[in-house]
Amino acid sequence: MLEFEKPIIELEGKVKELRRLMQGSELDLGDEIARLEARAARLLAQTYSRLNAWQKTQVARHPDRPHFSDYVRVLLTDFTPLAGDRSFGEDPAIIGGLGRFRGRSVLIMGHEKGRETEDRVRHNFGMARPEGYRKAVRLMRLAERFRIPVITLVDTPGAHPGVGAEERGQAEAIARSIATCLDLRVPIVSCIIGEGGSGGAIAIAAADRVSMLEHSVYSVISPEGCAAILWRDAEKAPEAAEALRLTAKDLLELGIVDEVIPEPLGGAHRGRQTTIERVGEVLARQLEQLATFDGEELRRRRRHKYLQMGRLAAV
Amino acid sequence: MNWLTNYVRPKIRALVERRTTSVPENLWHQCPACERMIFHRDLDANRRVCPHCDHHLRVGPEFRFRELFGEDGFERLTLPQVPVDPLKFRDSKRYTDRLREAQQKTGAQDALQVAIGRLGEVPAVVAVMDFAFMGGSMGSAVGEGLVTAAREAVRRKAAFVVFTASGGARMQEGMLSLAQMARTIVAVTEVKEAGLPYIVVLTDPTTGGVTASFAMLGDIHIAEPGAVIGFAGARVIEQTIRERLPPGFQRAEYLLEHGMIDMVVHRFQLRDTLVRLVDLLMRPVQTATVGAPEEELAEEEAGAIELALREAADD
Repeated sequence: MLEFEKPIIELEGKVKELRRLMQGSELDLGDEIARLEARAARLLAQTYSRLNAWQKTQVARHPDRPHFSDYVRVLLTDFTPLAGDRSFGEDPAIIGGLGRFRGRSVLIMGHEKGRETEDRVRHNFGMARPEGYRKAVRLMRLAERFRIPVITLVDTPGAHPGVGAEERGQAEAIARSIATCLDLRVPIVSCIIGEGGSGGAIAIAAADRVSMLEHSVYSVISPEGCAAILWRDAEKAPEAAEALRLTAKDLLELGIVDEVIPEPLGGAHRGRQTTIERVGEVLARQLEQLATFDGEELRRRRRHKYLQMGRLAAV
Repeated sequence: MNWLTNYVRPKIRALVERRTTSVPENLWHQCPACERMIFHRDLDANRRVCPHCDHHLRVGPEFRFRELFGEDGFERLTLPQVPVDPLKFRDSKRYTDRLREAQQKTGAQDALQVAIGRLGEVPAVVAVMDFAFMGGSMGSAVGEGLVTAAREAVRRKAAFVVFTASGGARMQEGMLSLAQMARTIVAVTEVKEAGLPYIVVLTDPTTGGVTASFAMLGDIHIAEPGAVIGFAGARVIEQTIRERLPPGFQRAEYLLEHGMIDMVVHRFQLRDTLVRLVDLLMRPVQTATVGAPEEELAEEEAGAIELALREAADD
């Protein structure tokens, strides 16, 4: 439970309790229940209409938020995961494979954080190692060979910081993955569904179209990391989150992302199916628009898009 | 509490900074590696390599240009303006103040400078990052500089050499700085597609978003001895993963061993190595030039004489 959700969840708990009481007795608590429900709904709407950057960061990291695998389950048929980087190993922090999206073959890949503890450890909390990015490169090239569009879903605290990862060229793997995104001659669309953590995120998100869920965040560094460095105090994470302008709304204004996808009231974790369907709608529309361009044109436009970022005329 | 760290750290930092910026009033430098004292003239004569322990001290763009091209052998490239402080970022200080301080300290606009000259027979565009300027961090200005430099190399059919020295992306520009990773990759890709060599010289330190973008995509990777090169900072790895770091971790020699770079080259041999490499790559067939052999010889001789003179002046 998130701190700012507590009053809402308390109200909802009371409603549940009243309903239980009502079942075993003659009491008519209908009015009271309706009143409390209305209050809970109002509070929820209020809270979520003015989430600050730090609260959004927490929503983006909410354990019940739909994860990559949930999207695949709802949006794809015939999903066939593919594994391995063909040089060192398989990294379950990034899942990828072929499947059908609205009848059409796609290559979908993204970070998976995992759900239960054991699962989360296996997926390394969505923090990929070089093998993950090298697998991503391999899968993108595969898609390109068969003229299949690429969908990426981003949800990672960042790339894995570790000795082995460094030894096997974490930086090179990320750089190569970005370069491959930018080189593809098939459409690539990307959605930030939770946390867009720095290099580990952009590694698979240098795309023709980048969308963000309303309460997802995308940042050059975590608010905690930024606070520790610039404020010399990790407790200042809320201030850092604000300063970094990492919310979907900010990044739309800054021209980093193309579209913000609204979440159900109370965040994606309160309406998982709806959230996933909305993301599906946007991805389908984007792919349809991109289908009109040939491969060279796609690549030219994508490169141009990124060349403009941070130009004087662009901001 | 951290009133102590807050109070003491800036002072210590000021001391360190004063030491590393070129020739102030103090005539003795302390080697950051062996901690022995070096007379400033000896240090300059030894190309800012410690005469006691061979530690390569950090140097800035001006030094590199002179080393490669001689005192007057280069022309600086004017870099376009970029939006200043697009996020209106403020931590304990305003970003604009930090920028101004860095500009005053280094006399430069931002953390990248570019010059055009010749490496032997071959025209070269050389971009050098300046760690003294906000830790060589990459924001829009560095991205713009790199794009401009890369395009100049393509326009002149010149070799493109980049000296990296950076802590990574510039937090104060948020996602716009992360986007520079994609942008700089497009820039160096254009050089490579034009059939021109892109050579990276990794100097101390090169980490984060710079390593994970253009720095790891060179045709050839050279590193200076002992340079720290990596993705995640050593402290971050230690803290988050609680792994003991192996000796020499993330040093140039360690990267060589793990296949991430082609060679570790001493500063004294760096220019000759670059000249040889661009010559091998860009002049694959050395035809005995009919018509003007004397002239070419004369030029070479002049080069050798110039070098000898420069060495004499250094001594």
